[in-house]
Amino acid sequence: MIVLDGVSKVYDMGAVKVRAVDHLSLRIEPGEFVAVLGPSGSGKSTLMNLIGCLDTPTDGAYFLDDEPVQNLNRTQLAGIRNRKIGFVFQNFNLLAYATALENVELPMIYGRVPGSERKDRATEILEIVGLGDRVAHRPAELSGGERQRVALARALSNDPEIILADEPTGNLDSKSGAEIVKLFRRLHQEGKTLIIVTHDERIASNCKRVIHLLDGRIDSDTLNGNSNRNRAGK
Amino acid sequence: MAAIAEYFHEIKKEKLRMFLTMLGLCWGMANIVVMLSVGEGLYRQFFKQFRTLGEGFVIVWSRQTSKPYAGFGIGRRVRLSEDDIPIIKNRVEEISLISPEYSRGNNNLKLGKSKITVRTIGVCPCYGEMRFFFPEPGGRFINRLDQERKRRVIFIGNGVRDDMFGKEVNPVGRTVLLNDIPFTVIGVLRKKLGWGSEEGEDADMTVIPASTFKVMFTRPYLDDIFFTPRSPEESKAAIKEFRRAMAAKYRFDPEDEQVFSTFDSIETMGIISKVFRGIQIFLGVVGGLTLIIAGIGVANIMYVTVRERTREIGIKMAVGARPGYIIGQFVIEALLTAVVGGALGIGLGLSMIEGFKALPIEHEVMNVIGKPVFSAMLALICSTILTFIGLLSGVFPANRASKVDPVEALRYE
Repeated sequence: MIVLDGVSKVYDMGAVKVRAVDHLSLRIEPGEFVAVLGPSGSGKSTLMNLIGCLDTPTDGAYFLDDEPVQNLNRTQLAGIRNRKIGFVFQNFNLLAYATALENVELPMIYGRVPGSERKDRATEILEIVGLGDRVAHRPAELSGGERQRVALARALSNDPEIILADEPTGNLDSKSGAEIVKLFRRLHQEGKTLIIVTHDERIASNCKRVIHLLDGRIDSDTLNGNSNRNRAGK
Repeated sequence: MAAIAEYFHEIKKEKLRMFLTMLGLCWGMANIVVMLSVGEGLYRQFFKQFRTLGEGFVIVWSRQTSKPYAGFGIGRRVRLSEDDIPIIKNRVEEISLISPEYSRGNNNLKLGKSKITVRTIGVCPCYGEMRFFFPEPGGRFINRLDQERKRRVIFIGNGVRDDMFGKEVNPVGRTVLLNDIPFTVIGVLRKKLGWGSEEGEDADMTVIPASTFKVMFTRPYLDDIFFTPRSPEESKAAIKEFRRAMAAKYRFDPEDEQVFSTFDSIETMGIISKVFRGIQIFLGVVGGLTLIIAGIGVANIMYVTVRERTREIGIKMAVGARPGYIIGQFVIEALLTAVVGGALGIGLGLSMIEGFKALPIEHEVMNVIGKPVFSAMLALICSTILTFIGLLSGVFPANRASKVDPVEALRYE
């Protein structure tokens, strides 16, 4: 469970201080399928980084499964990212020199999963995302859609509770994008918490909950097919 | 394991850079290897030379008293004679071999018309053993009967033989004239590598029995006494007991250390060996400085690598690499670079040494320098230095890598 309580992130740009996230409160239950929308500069990515423990808030409190994240050190944060969170980025962020299999193995290496088990699991997950025949390929030998599926497989390798995706279909053609969305839906059905930053209305329409950000605050927070609600804004 | 795979990927990607970095290390390491080996060669050569003087001996010669004793004033001359030898033998149990030594320079040695000037010493048979005066085949050193019967026999240095009889000639049995008195040659000194004694090279020495010497030159007093202690550790105790024994006879203060001067080869060797170790350490440090510069080169390259791979570091952090793992990765890379470059350097250094050894130089200088020696101890020292340099050059860049902000790093192009 994700609980943000009055969280701010301020970037000190010398003369000006930029409040990328401004006293934002938010609660996301396990198993939710959430889309985060908003114009550029509205704080979407910063919010993702905070939720993903890549960054810590300047102000406010963040509880991940009742653990106060803002008090953790870098090593502890790395542990949380490794066990509880899977990232999917717009530009894939795969290691160029490593094969698909090795890329998927990476989080398990850091999670100290033994070698043979690691290989088996990575192969299995790559098969799930439909890349069973691409395990030995390097990113340069894969299409955009395939790369993103490798990235998704990597995000899943330690079986985290939460999948965070930042514009996952932004660099993909519509067909590849659709396949990624299909995989997300499947993950949702399996009970994962999915939080997706997107411009893509098709993704948003698949999500159960849509949050609009504006200037680092929640502009609206709606359940698809339901009436307006605002759980965090109060 | 993953870190090592990444390292080889990095080598492949940056061949020239890696090559140049390793070249620096290789050269630095070769420097250390050569310097230390030359130092070791010098050190061993010294021992080899020094040991030709004899194995662990003490020379004692008398001077005068410096402390008043039993009514005597200071400055009284004490003179040792052959009669003191049995007294010392009885009293000082720490001594295993002892010989008196008479010595006289500028003696004429004649054979037919050829005439040379030599130093002659008169000693007992055990002197040969103490000073490594071993005869060439077909000859012998002075023996007990020579001594007892005051025979006119002479043992000559190989240099003397070369001058009088010519090289390769065995003069045993021939008669020579020492200050116009006929002596029979009984042996020739087997060639020594060494420095000889302080009174001239052993090769140019002539030796006759102490008893013969005493009569011939009518010497009442000895020039010095030569002895070897039972064990090297007992040389100091032996000297002390020697002085006590003589103090009782000649009536001086047994604590008066000025009465006798001593040359303790064991002690001297200890002191000089320290000097040579010092020289070796100095050479090693000079080589080490070169290696440190190479280490700085590695650190520099590692900084560049960290910068170039910022995005990769960001990705790894995002999927859960702990800072410690990132540090480990870069330290291992630096260490591998150091080990590979250093191993090549050791190889280069060793081949330089072999090349040096193969040089056909026959010169006196080479007798001092000796041959460079690379020992197991030096290998250990070199590996330690190398590991140290590798770690040191990796730790700082790695630390920077671990401090990378993952959010910034993922944005880094």
